[in-house]
Amino acid sequence: MSELALTLIRLGFLALLWAFVLITVFVLRRDLKQPADARPIATRSARPTKAPKASRAEKIKAPKASKVKGTKLVVTEGPLAGTVVPLDGAQVTIGRAPDSTIVIDDDYASSRHARVYSSEGTWVVEDLGSTNGTWIERTRITTPTVLPVGAPLRVGRTTLQLQK
Amino acid sequence: MSIPAVRQPTRRGVELILLVFAWLIGVLGVLQIGWATGEGTTTRLWITIGVVGALALAMHITVRFTAPYADPIMLPVTTLLTILGLVMIYRIDVSAAQRATRNNAPLPTPDVYAQLTWFAIAVVLFIAVLVIVRDHRRLQRYTYTFGLIGIILLVLPLAPVVGTTVNGATLWVRMFGLSFQPGELAKILLTIFFAGYLVVKRDSLALVRTKFLGLGFPRPKDLGPLLIAWLISLAVLVFENDLGTSMLFFGLFVSMLYIATQRRSWLVLGGALFVIGAILSYMFFGHVRLRVEIWLDPWTYAQDSGYQIVQSLFGFANGGLLGAGLGQGFPNLVPFANTDFIVAALGEEIGLTGLIAMLLMYGILIERGLRAAISVRDSFGKLLAAGLSITLALQVFVIIGGVTKLIPLTGLTTPFLSYGGSSLIANFIIIGLLLRISDRARRPDVTAPSVDEALTQVVRRP
Repeated sequence: MSELALTLIRLGFLALLWAFVLITVFVLRRDLKQPADARPIATRSARPTKAPKASRAEKIKAPKASKVKGTKLVVTEGPLAGTVVPLDGAQVTIGRAPDSTIVIDDDYASSRHARVYSSEGTWVVEDLGSTNGTWIERTRITTPTVLPVGAPLRVGRTTLQLQK
Repeated sequence: MSIPAVRQPTRRGVELILLVFAWLIGVLGVLQIGWATGEGTTTRLWITIGVVGALALAMHITVRFTAPYADPIMLPVTTLLTILGLVMIYRIDVSAAQRATRNNAPLPTPDVYAQLTWFAIAVVLFIAVLVIVRDHRRLQRYTYTFGLIGIILLVLPLAPVVGTTVNGATLWVRMFGLSFQPGELAKILLTIFFAGYLVVKRDSLALVRTKFLGLGFPRPKDLGPLLIAWLISLAVLVFENDLGTSMLFFGLFVSMLYIATQRRSWLVLGGALFVIGAILSYMFFGHVRLRVEIWLDPWTYAQDSGYQIVQSLFGFANGGLLGAGLGQGFPNLVPFANTDFIVAALGEEIGLTGLIAMLLMYGILIERGLRAAISVRDSFGKLLAAGLSITLALQVFVIIGGVTKLIPLTGLTTPFLSYGGSSLIANFIIIGLLLRISDRARRPDVTAPSVDEALTQVVRRP
């Protein structure tokens, strides 16, 4: 083996190592986007959802809001913060029961606390008779309520958010 | 009447492609060593290469069937690190054999085949973990059992008949002609114990009694577990003379406590206890003081106790930016080149460029573990995945930091690279558990509670 050939192989080996690392990072890129998504989008959406309430545009805004249907439920606060649950048509249950979709270990949550299900193109939250209640923004919900994209949904000490 | 979920990509194909890539890098490495040293490649070596490929394939197939949604990156990265380790151990074997021939000494037994056997055992256990542990949450039931076994394993080397002292550290257990480091397995069992324990106890541990310097400090009666962990790690240091395991154990507990409670005051308290422990052991134990003095000024001890670290630094310097090339360095000049100092040998032959690529692989591996911790939906799984990733991170930091003279040298093995069965087996079990948790985290949820089924409406898929 000539000196030149060995040098080329030596550099080739390093190039392959780096190629492996770069391909790995490339594969991960989609996952690496997730932390940005897991952050609350409050600054962007809190105002638009609040504004229509005050104005008479509520009726016109409502169908538009239903068009931007959330595709994932993100835990923004609490011990499970960062968890993303993709919504795919099946309902999502929240509570302390181990068979819940989102299992919350929290003294302030009930075993079967709330569920989020799809209805007429929107996501609806229903409180399942929890002790401490399920809250959207600052309102405790008593009936199945449409969950707007970006509004904080509170269950015990956990805050969730529907995101696009 | 459950609604079919949107098919989530499993990305197993990507995993297979990356595994083949990792294997090919290994083949090129072996060929390069053969050409550079003029040894060529023997049939036995080709069989070894084939066996490594078969083992990687076996792991891939197991993951495909038992954890289809698991992370696609962890297994290839782990395998490439293991293959790099095997290549380097083979390289050191060649160099030792050539030196023996020059000195007309009897040929030393090559280590690479022993390491291959350990790799095979590690793969078997990796498969066993994935097959037996179908749901990581089941491990939580055995929290205290695992804790007890973990502590027994930790002190087992001190037992009169089976315990063995090698190079000053009482770490080994010798049974039926095989030696094993039970501490390596203990770290996994104790991580499971910490996770299970902290999930239950974290609410009281997160309570704040006094505020000081803007940090809420815990109630004095909640300090118990931290003090016990501290005393146990000091005991390991005193009785087993093992700085590395002691630091790993305490660092793991403090970081898991921090993750579980989200209180920075635990880090402050843990750091303070660590400093106290470090000062005490510097004052009372000769071997700790020696380590620190070698770290501060290795050149004074260059011919005796600092020989290793000095040779390792010479190796890094000789490697430079691009490395001497596999088969073209002098890795046999560092004692224990294939265990504690394998990073120094690699640094000489693949240079800073290769070493950074390798460190990035460790970084990616740990990131994937922490990612699984973030996305899994139960607290026990979160803590377990985070703890296992931190175990790997601490090991990599402590050993590579020690070899490069960033921190005092402590005897820990480099995960996946070093020659040694216990460490390889334990680290593959860790990867098995992490893959299991990441499978759970990425698997689309299809189980709807039957109680509520009657209320569910069938809707159009979005």
